[in-house]
Amino acid sequence: MAIKREFIVFGLLGLFILVIFTQMGTAFSLRMLMEASCYAIIALGLTIQWGYAGLFNVGIMGFIAVGGFLTMLISFPVNDKFWNSSMPAELGMVFVYALVGIALTWAITKSGHFGVSKKLRTFLAVTTGAIAYLVVMNTLGPVGDEIESKAGFIGGFGLPVFVGWVVGGLGAGIIAYYVGHICLGLRSDYLAIATLGIAEIIKAVFKNADWLTQGTLTVSPLPWPTPTPNDVGFIAARSGYLVVTTILVVVIYFALQRAYNAPWGRMMRAIRDNEVSSAAMGKNVNKRRLEIFILGSILMGLGGAALITSTRIFDPSGFLPLNHTFLIWVMVILGGSGNNLGAIFGAIFVYLIWIISEPAAILMFQTIQTYGLAWFDWNAPSDLISRALQMRVFVIGLTITLVLRFAPQGVLPEKVTNHG
Amino acid sequence: MNELIFFFNKVVVAGTVIGSIYALGAIGVTLVFAILRFSHFAHADIMTFGAFMSYILVVAFPELGGYVGLPTGFVVMPIAMLVTAFFAVGLDKAFYKPLRDNNVKPVVMVIASIGVTLMIQGVLRLFAGTTSRNFYFAENKEIFRIKLPFEAASRKIFITEPQILLVLFLIVAVISLHFFLTRSRLGKAMRAMSDNPDLSRISGINTNVVVWTTWMIAGGLAAAAGTLLSLDVTLKPDLSFNILLPIFAAAVVGGVGKPYGAIAGGFVVGFAETLAIFNWSILLRPFSGIIPDWIDVPSTIAFVPTEYKIVVPFVLLIAILVWRPTGIFKGKVL
Repeated sequence: MAIKREFIVFGLLGLFILVIFTQMGTAFSLRMLMEASCYAIIALGLTIQWGYAGLFNVGIMGFIAVGGFLTMLISFPVNDKFWNSSMPAELGMVFVYALVGIALTWAITKSGHFGVSKKLRTFLAVTTGAIAYLVVMNTLGPVGDEIESKAGFIGGFGLPVFVGWVVGGLGAGIIAYYVGHICLGLRSDYLAIATLGIAEIIKAVFKNADWLTQGTLTVSPLPWPTPTPNDVGFIAARSGYLVVTTILVVVIYFALQRAYNAPWGRMMRAIRDNEVSSAAMGKNVNKRRLEIFILGSILMGLGGAALITSTRIFDPSGFLPLNHTFLIWVMVILGGSGNNLGAIFGAIFVYLIWIISEPAAILMFQTIQTYGLAWFDWNAPSDLISRALQMRVFVIGLTITLVLRFAPQGVLPEKVTNHG
Repeated sequence: MNELIFFFNKVVVAGTVIGSIYALGAIGVTLVFAILRFSHFAHADIMTFGAFMSYILVVAFPELGGYVGLPTGFVVMPIAMLVTAFFAVGLDKAFYKPLRDNNVKPVVMVIASIGVTLMIQGVLRLFAGTTSRNFYFAENKEIFRIKLPFEAASRKIFITEPQILLVLFLIVAVISLHFFLTRSRLGKAMRAMSDNPDLSRISGINTNVVVWTTWMIAGGLAAAAGTLLSLDVTLKPDLSFNILLPIFAAAVVGGVGKPYGAIAGGFVVGFAETLAIFNWSILLRPFSGIIPDWIDVPSTIAFVPTEYKIVVPFVLLIAILVWRPTGIFKGKVL
């Protein structure tokens, strides 16, 4: 019975994709699928955080941005103008200052061993930290400006793209470690607030640190792991990229499926469903949660890296909470949280709808505009198109609330098996 | 002396203004949390909604303020507050109550509130676009320039009319909220429900009425905060998360579930922001003769560049979570 439902759902999805292929052309549809598969990786990351462990992450955008940035940094061609000047040395000095500052502050926090009282320790640590921070910021400022004016930005390391993806995932994981370490011991609301904050901060940094990311000037074209459209044409290049991401999705799916049915996955669900009893059984609840939070964030970083690479442009102002956080939430809760196939289905389905809804919304509003003018002599505002797209914000919100209320299980509900 | 006045304008005035806004928002967040036990992410967009209600009224009756001698936006604000209060109750009935009746986990309520915030955002931007608007299209914003009676002070202290109204409103709101919570029957019921919902229900408190009151207060204060903020600067339809984070930080810093804590937290966050982005180098300028040459005073010494202002409430939030999760006023730990 359960198998049947999945066959039907995916069969309908396949039909839907087929219709899109015939209507929209192969190149366009391949691009959609390519991006949808990247979203599927991110959605798998969220479904293990939310579906396996019940962790509420509202900062997906931040992890995607980190993944995208790191893959840009690792794989973008080397900027000789920067490396052949004295600027790398100056930048290195800033890092040395920062390391010394961190080391000093850390040493002071550990000075309790030598009999320094706690109040004095806190005071000294905060002062040292603040002074070190000011010194670093004041040395970084001019260096950053110099890099900006003379070399544009620091460029990349010119390493293979796959290295960038892996590093992107790891970077997201490291941030998740610190966020989770602080917030996971408290109630889930704090995690939501903190992830929301960290995502906005990451975006602010990438947008304003021009020496690192070129800010609003954006970085392009990002190198691809497969032959680019310039070499082999759109269809072949996108098919190649799609193959790579599909392999990733499949590998991650099977790994997660195995983990889900393993004792580790059972333990996670036990913690999600009854925290108290699993703690009483001797499970380290916070540590397990931290584990799965980091794992999910690594997948988000990886998916974000693949997503940003696929668009070939790193644009810090292009990261929007709506596209990169809430859309993914809709994918997961609509597809069925806790069900990996559901997450993949949700990612592809919702993304296709999302892409199609753009021309549909514009068409709808243009029709309204035409008839409004003809029948009621109504002059539409000039920014009608951008307003029409806001309609999608409303629909996303409505979908979230309706699914939560009427179908909290999603299209493909989590299969609860009894291991007896 | 001029430098001190500059400091006063940039830190004391600006900090008080933004702190009051955060305080008004944080009271609502903290009350909703105390009664309903979830973090209400839609609060910032309810603020924007309230500000739009005021704006519509101002457009409809632009000459109203002239009769009273106050900005029109402030005169129509009570009506906007009332509308927003009922709007908040409606949101609760439509979206939160069904979930509450299903006994969902608190985190599902949080997700639902995010869905609600997106819906409000979508509707507002659909009808109003994303451009910022000015409340003062028909009248002038009154600015008081106060000259200090000192020889050396040639700069003036700048305070605008909406800023004074904001502070006065906050004082009145806080005092009336205090008397409401401590003296009235309904206020006592609210506090009882915040302490123990089950016990208050079985002792005969009508929990539905308490919930509605909470939403009315939260919605009304949010509308006031939104309107007063828009009067002070401009009405921006896309504030949402940028103002939500400081408000949450204020509620957590003050102690979640404690209305007085929310006020203190609002001012802590507001002043932390303005102090962090203030250029301290200006205060050192009068001493340029005293400071030895080998110390090279940079022209800007700010803790945080203005672009990174959002970092400040976040750092405060994290710091309070690490050192004292209950906040200043010993609130609840979420």
